[in-house]
Amino acid sequence: MTTGTTGLPRTYLFTWAALVGLLAATLALAYVPMPGPLNLVLALGISVAKALLVLALFMKLFRAPALTRAAAAAGLFWLAVLFALSATDYLTRKVEPVGDLSAPTGREYQQGGR
Amino acid sequence: MSDTAPIPRPEPQYATAGQQAEAATFGMWVFLATEVLFFGGLLLAYTWLRASHPDGVAEAGRHTKVVIGSVNTMVLLTSSLTMAWSVHAAEQGRQKALTRLLAATALLGLLFLGLKGYEYHGEWTEHLVPGLNFHQDGPHARTIELFYFLYFLLTGLHGIHVTIGIVLIALLTVRARRGAFSARCYTPVEVTGLYWHFVDIVWIFLYPLIYLVGRSGP
Amino acid sequence: MTTATVTGKPEEPVVATKNYLTEGGVTLRSWLLTRDHKRIAILYTLSITLFFFVGGAAATLIRLNLVTPSGIFTPDIYNRLFTLHGVIMVWFFLIPSIPNTMGNFLIPLMIGAKDLAFPRLNLLSWYLYVGAGFLALFAIVIGGVDTGWTFYTPFSSLYSNGYVVLALAAVLAVGFSSILTGLNFIVTTHRMRAPGMTWYRLPVFVWSNYATSVIMVLATPVLAITLILVAAERLLKVGIFDPALGGDPLLFQHLFWFYSHPAVYIMILPGFGVISEIVPCFARKPLFGYKFVVWSSIAISVIGFFVWAHHMFVAGISLYAGLVFSLLSYVIAVPSAIKVFNWTATLHKGWISFDAPMLYALGFIGLFTIGGLTGLFVANLAFDVHVTDTYFVVAHFHYIMVGGMVSAYFGGLHYWWPKVTGRLYPEWWARIAALLIFFGFNLTFFPQFILGYLGMERRYYSYPPEFQAWNILSSAGASVLAVGYALPFFYLGWSLFRGKRAGANPWAATGLEWQTPSPPPTHNFDRTPTVSRPPYQYRPEPEPQDV
Repeated sequence: MTTGTTGLPRTYLFTWAALVGLLAATLALAYVPMPGPLNLVLALGISVAKALLVLALFMKLFRAPALTRAAAAAGLFWLAVLFALSATDYLTRKVEPVGDLSAPTGREYQQGGR
Repeated sequence: MSDTAPIPRPEPQYATAGQQAEAATFGMWVFLATEVLFFGGLLLAYTWLRASHPDGVAEAGRHTKVVIGSVNTMVLLTSSLTMAWSVHAAEQGRQKALTRLLAATALLGLLFLGLKGYEYHGEWTEHLVPGLNFHQDGPHARTIELFYFLYFLLTGLHGIHVTIGIVLIALLTVRARRGAFSARCYTPVEVTGLYWHFVDIVWIFLYPLIYLVGRSGP
Repeated sequence: MTTATVTGKPEEPVVATKNYLTEGGVTLRSWLLTRDHKRIAILYTLSITLFFFVGGAAATLIRLNLVTPSGIFTPDIYNRLFTLHGVIMVWFFLIPSIPNTMGNFLIPLMIGAKDLAFPRLNLLSWYLYVGAGFLALFAIVIGGVDTGWTFYTPFSSLYSNGYVVLALAAVLAVGFSSILTGLNFIVTTHRMRAPGMTWYRLPVFVWSNYATSVIMVLATPVLAITLILVAAERLLKVGIFDPALGGDPLLFQHLFWFYSHPAVYIMILPGFGVISEIVPCFARKPLFGYKFVVWSSIAISVIGFFVWAHHMFVAGISLYAGLVFSLLSYVIAVPSAIKVFNWTATLHKGWISFDAPMLYALGFIGLFTIGGLTGLFVANLAFDVHVTDTYFVVAHFHYIMVGGMVSAYFGGLHYWWPKVTGRLYPEWWARIAALLIFFGFNLTFFPQFILGYLGMERRYYSYPPEFQAWNILSSAGASVLAVGYALPFFYLGWSLFRGKRAGANPWAATGLEWQTPSPPPTHNFDRTPTVSRPPYQYRPEPEPQDV
């Protein structure tokens, strides 16, 4: 399992290499023009892959007791709820900006600050 | 495996050391779940901003320093490697390796913070700090200001977490050097490792959201 | 699980001279640096009581102001009063009340453990609470905040001239206290149960605090980040929540209510737990439908996260979102109703005695039902458009929070008082107080349903003169309520010095906490108990009470 005399487990080395490779990929792909939200989708997809590598191989989540996996899943599930139910509002409502956003508003001189 | 190391005594409310180790690890995972929601709230704000002002956010993204950001990502990924490696060394009872690897992780963390500080300084000189010296021209100025507001909050809060991690790892390094850990008893290392990997995962998501926005555009 | 023995002879109370109050030191230092969950529970009880009276004082002034249509305070002061009342009562009283007092004290006892999983975190959470409390009191004293406990933007982030950032910092700190408590309870419940204490043998009180802890741990972080955003916006004058600067006020409301709606379930679930302990004991019957009660608690903690935007029906969310959240808000009434049915069924053919804890529990069932039913009214989109921001909503949540939760808090306080202090409280005074509270509460808040329906707005220092009669009734009720709440302070305090000594189990109740002396020894149990029977093994016959 370990590499030579350094004691570094091979799995960890390969995980690190994969992470660095994915970093290079995501950086390179960011400069490639793509239609629609594809840039974002790919970038986030690569992030998910990196996160899964860290979770599985460094944090050993998938070998942990079921309870631990439940805790991790709960965090993600509830985050998904926050986004999904907020989306029921934001995706069904169109906000039309009116007026000139870049004009000064006078708010710059508001009190507050406490 | 070192069988002559002292068997650790659990705290009085625990029946066995194993129970205490399980409780500590589970407790850390529950804490990490809370952190997912903490950063998640901020990411909702980011999602809203990007969805409602896509052009402004794309322009703002082009002001970010992708070189520093990418190097920092490398640094954190490597620190995760050294952290995982140090847990492995602890499992094997190799005290010297453990101490060195923990120290390396802390140093990489400090390097991350140093680069971040340098980056913040750059943003200060470019008048990109909302509320303090922000000044940008162009139709997207307000959106750029909002983007940088979220940028400083996201990376600032992340940076605070990194700092806390460095302190914890530094303390572990000192304890490791004094022989506090053995193959039978290294839960604090494992638990701190979980925290550190989580901090890395947060950055893994922040990196494309901050540095890779609008790169394929004009 | 053992039941009380039927010997026909009252047992002599064992005076537990070596207990958690006397062992481990009696100095202030031994208390302030304690790791004993029981001592920390006492520390919390003292601080929470202080804040209850601070919040109550604000309520008194509010009701005083509302006696006349033109008010007696200026609008600015009135705004600071209701903000104070809300912030203190929500974050410094209701949320920590049962979990940090009774939960801290009883959960290890109920599961057969020697302490919580992380005693030092427990102490830290108390210090965070106290520190936050000082910050909040400081903010109040130097001038206060006028945004309402909901801190809506852009008023709180841009226009308000109150000490908003200080108040936000205080709430942030008390939120961390909450997260640590929840984390502790979750790990403890999973990992520290005695041998034989399977999940389905746990008292409902433990399940309820577990469900509460899940909410604390997952919702509070979102509050934390929201408050940080508001504070940062205020300090830096940026506009993430301000439309004129490109921001969105609804973003704040979504983030805020994502926490604050589950927060109301943090506030009520422990109350459900207390009632589920009291009713079987004073009806001498096992809890009806244990598994339904238990799983409905879990259902409430989960579904509670799906309904937050019902606070935003008229704020500008889309009609589609309003539909979704309205439907989900109806759904969440179901598990609460299931509990009410089960408690009622427990009473049926029981052998009911009307000691003070039972009076509070019965009051809870009735008042919570009214509050819960009016929740269905406001879950209805059309009706809510009519009553939003009126006293109808105020009455709705006070029926649940005060009629429900505060009654449960007092009920639990009386039920476990003998266990915690080793003394019995004077029963007749307690019954008088309970009845005064019930009567005073209804006189205070029922008129508010009517006022709200007729159109009286909330958070206004003045109102149209035709509403005065109902307001006078409400304020009169508040004065009765104040007496009712003050009474326990006196007779419970008296009982500490002059109350009759209590034995291990004065109520002949089931549950591991009653199998150890009153007050318990520092390490809770002399031998770790093993459990082999389900909870609530009551038989509906009169048991001799050991005095």
